[in-house]
Amino acid sequence: MIGLSHYLILSVILFLIGMAGVMTRKNLLMLLFSTEIMLNAVNLGFVAISKFHHDLSGQMFSFFIIAIAASEVAVGLGLLIALYKRTGSLDLDSIAKMNG
Amino acid sequence: MEILLVIALFAPLVAAVFAALFAMTEKKLFVGVINSILIGLSWFASMILLYYVSIDRPVSFTLFDWIATGHLDLKFGFLVDQISAVMMVVVTTVSALVHVYSIGYMEHDKSFNRFFSYLSAFVFSMMVLVMSDNFLGLFIGWEGVGLCSYLLVGFWYHKPDVPRSVNPSISPSWAANEAFIVNRVADLGMLLGIFLIYWQLGTLTYSEVFANIATLDANITTWIAILLFIGAMGKSAQFPLHTWLADAMEGPTPVSALIHAATMVTAGVYLLVRSNEIYMLTPDVGFFIAALGAFVAMFAASMALVNNDVKRVIAYSTLSQLGYMFVAAGLGAYWVALFHLMTHAFFKALLFLGAGNVMHAMDDELNIKKMGGLYKVMKPTAIMMAVASVALAGIYPLAGFFSKDKILEVAFGDGYMIIWLVLLITAGLTAFYSFRVVMLVFFGEERYKNRELTSPNGNHFHPHEMPIYVLIAMSPLMILAVISGFFEHAYHEFVSEVLPMNMPHLESGTLYALIAITLATSLSGIALAVYKYSRGGFNPRWENNFFYKLFSNQYYIPNIYNAVFIQGFGGLSRFAWRVIDQKIIDLLVDVVARIVMFTGRGMQSHHTGNLSQMLRLMGLGLVVMVLMAVLLLQIGQGA
Amino acid sequence: MFELVAFYLFAFLTIGSFVTTVKTRQPLYALTSLAAGMIFISAFFFMLDADFMGVVQIVVYTGAVLALYAFGMMFFDSSSLIKEKQRPASTVFILGTMIALVIVSMLVAPIAADHFQGAYPPIEGEGNVENIGYILFTKYLVPFELAAVMLLTAMIAGIVLASKHMNLKESE
Repeated sequence: MIGLSHYLILSVILFLIGMAGVMTRKNLLMLLFSTEIMLNAVNLGFVAISKFHHDLSGQMFSFFIIAIAASEVAVGLGLLIALYKRTGSLDLDSIAKMNG
Repeated sequence: MEILLVIALFAPLVAAVFAALFAMTEKKLFVGVINSILIGLSWFASMILLYYVSIDRPVSFTLFDWIATGHLDLKFGFLVDQISAVMMVVVTTVSALVHVYSIGYMEHDKSFNRFFSYLSAFVFSMMVLVMSDNFLGLFIGWEGVGLCSYLLVGFWYHKPDVPRSVNPSISPSWAANEAFIVNRVADLGMLLGIFLIYWQLGTLTYSEVFANIATLDANITTWIAILLFIGAMGKSAQFPLHTWLADAMEGPTPVSALIHAATMVTAGVYLLVRSNEIYMLTPDVGFFIAALGAFVAMFAASMALVNNDVKRVIAYSTLSQLGYMFVAAGLGAYWVALFHLMTHAFFKALLFLGAGNVMHAMDDELNIKKMGGLYKVMKPTAIMMAVASVALAGIYPLAGFFSKDKILEVAFGDGYMIIWLVLLITAGLTAFYSFRVVMLVFFGEERYKNRELTSPNGNHFHPHEMPIYVLIAMSPLMILAVISGFFEHAYHEFVSEVLPMNMPHLESGTLYALIAITLATSLSGIALAVYKYSRGGFNPRWENNFFYKLFSNQYYIPNIYNAVFIQGFGGLSRFAWRVIDQKIIDLLVDVVARIVMFTGRGMQSHHTGNLSQMLRLMGLGLVVMVLMAVLLLQIGQGA
Repeated sequence: MFELVAFYLFAFLTIGSFVTTVKTRQPLYALTSLAAGMIFISAFFFMLDADFMGVVQIVVYTGAVLALYAFGMMFFDSSSLIKEKQRPASTVFILGTMIALVIVSMLVAPIAADHFQGAYPPIEGEGNVENIGYILFTKYLVPFELAAVMLLTAMIAGIVLASKHMNLKESE
């Protein structure tokens, strides 16, 4: 039977996929995609715990996470567009303005 | 009656605030006039209160609840009983006259308005001091008069510092600081005494404290008595905290008359009289006070003998007379102490104001060796100062006789022969130095003519008498200096309700013999002074005498204090600055700064601005945080 | 049995889509596979009786968020591929392994303890949407309103950021 730990392990795997994406990719757009994956992984974990522990708070949390993700996309894409207009590139390594 | 009490208390405050409004502007005559009128109003209210208290009962008045926390429930309360009433009348009388006098004395000073503001503020503080019905209110007034004294001594703060050999007080601001700091030392003692009272009795109101003081352990009572007396020692400039009083003569002369002769310095005596119920329980402390008082009387008189500064002579004389008061208070004759306080206030204020006239005439010259023959040009002042000196010397029938003689009588009657003898000799010395001043200033050759004949502005120098209203302002003091002794009987009855009246009983023959001895001593002192100084004074060779040097250098005590306390403290401060501050604290700060700098330099290479590198670092941070969370969870479960 | 099959099927599909998202060099592929992964995730939500969340997942994520990405991508020249410099895989690998270990341990530890009680259990006999409605508009009303404000703010921020100097390039 499928238990909570199945879901949690799946969630962790998805999270790590997202994290690996964040770590390896250079394209800023890909970084945003990877972030979405991580957020989804967390959502899955929350909903699973909510189900197995009979607490709707988990679903509420993932609900708010989706709201946050939507906001993040709006702002993040806006920033990406602004950056692209300025530099003509989305390469993470090309942004070294903060070099001290 | 309460309204009179409020008027007596707050009229000076109104005056102070009113004058403060004009403090920064040029001289305005009406400020002086209005302030004098307000102080006069306070005097008038005090007189009515005195009369009311004498025929009826003490007046008490609670302004508002002051401190109500925990067990401490303190009202801002005022009490006019016999002691307060006497003090109020003395304070307001002298204050009102000094205010009027100051209009004339300060007429050329550009800080005229500021002066009146301070002076009225002083009167207010003094009224709080004497009218409060609890120790904390007294302390507020105590600090208030200290502050006003500081402001007034340093009134001419712009004068530069000069070496001690030129002017023993160095400068007004130096003298003001000295007065303030010495009084802080004493006030700490007083504050501790007040704390001790509160700690032991849980109250600070006089009536409750005195009602319960007898229930305390004898040791505690002794400590309270000692600590309160330390406060009194500072304010009344008793040895070893006496140095500030002579230096405080740097202030304007009306200030010296009001604060450093008539009122503030007697606050210590007032404290003792007010706390008589405490001191009656501690006869040992009382004896110590009396012994110290006798010592100070003699000690100060010896310095007055040789000093050439007219104000300093009078200041030492004040010190000496305070010694007399402490003898009386220490021996339990509180009413005599208070009586001497009253008579002394009148004739000493008169003496100071006379000295002010002389200074005014002589262009602020203070050295009596450079005066002489002034009788010709300022007859009224000369007469007033002579009267005041006679009163100070204690010649019948002037005021000083009655009170000083009583003190000697107490000392003799209680069997303290040494104290009596010391006081007797001091009485002779007092007479001598008083008349030395009078003779040198007003009689003899006109030595002032020897100095440069032109004053700085080129005019020919000629002494002149003060305006007539100034002399009129002084005349009530002269009258009081003459007649206040005759109030002894009325006064005796008046205060007998609140103060113990135990006088040693002496045979009338002994009594008259005592009076005769005292009078003879004083008269011989006067005679010696008159005889010697009418013939040109003592041989100058005496000035090389060891005692002369000792006295004129104030027993080298200022030098000792300078060497021990001032230099010592300076050395300590330098140590703290050079070693503790620069070596240790600065080092610690530098170490913090260096750590930040070095770590910053070390981390510089990581700061490439590469975002993916930052992301990796962020990931590392996340790992660390998660690890810590897991660890904490394990610890939490283990617990 | 059905659940078991469904779980593993969807787990496989989700992981596959997301790995594709992360590994592909074409942003368009990445976007498409991400959308697919999102829909597979919503399948888990339905399996977990969280119908409302499943619908929200499809509508908001797949419908709104990914559509936004799609529009956003139109601003970029997606044909100019960014060179993915391959750095030594060992650092990433070590880091990833550590993270994996830690997260697994973190997740397993409290679940094994099985300590906590549900604070807001679903009401029996009511559907998931009704339950969500009750709790959202009672206990979580203030966060809900705040989330609304946040979304509004983000919308304005997005518009402002993206539209700034929108016509500059044409005029230049």
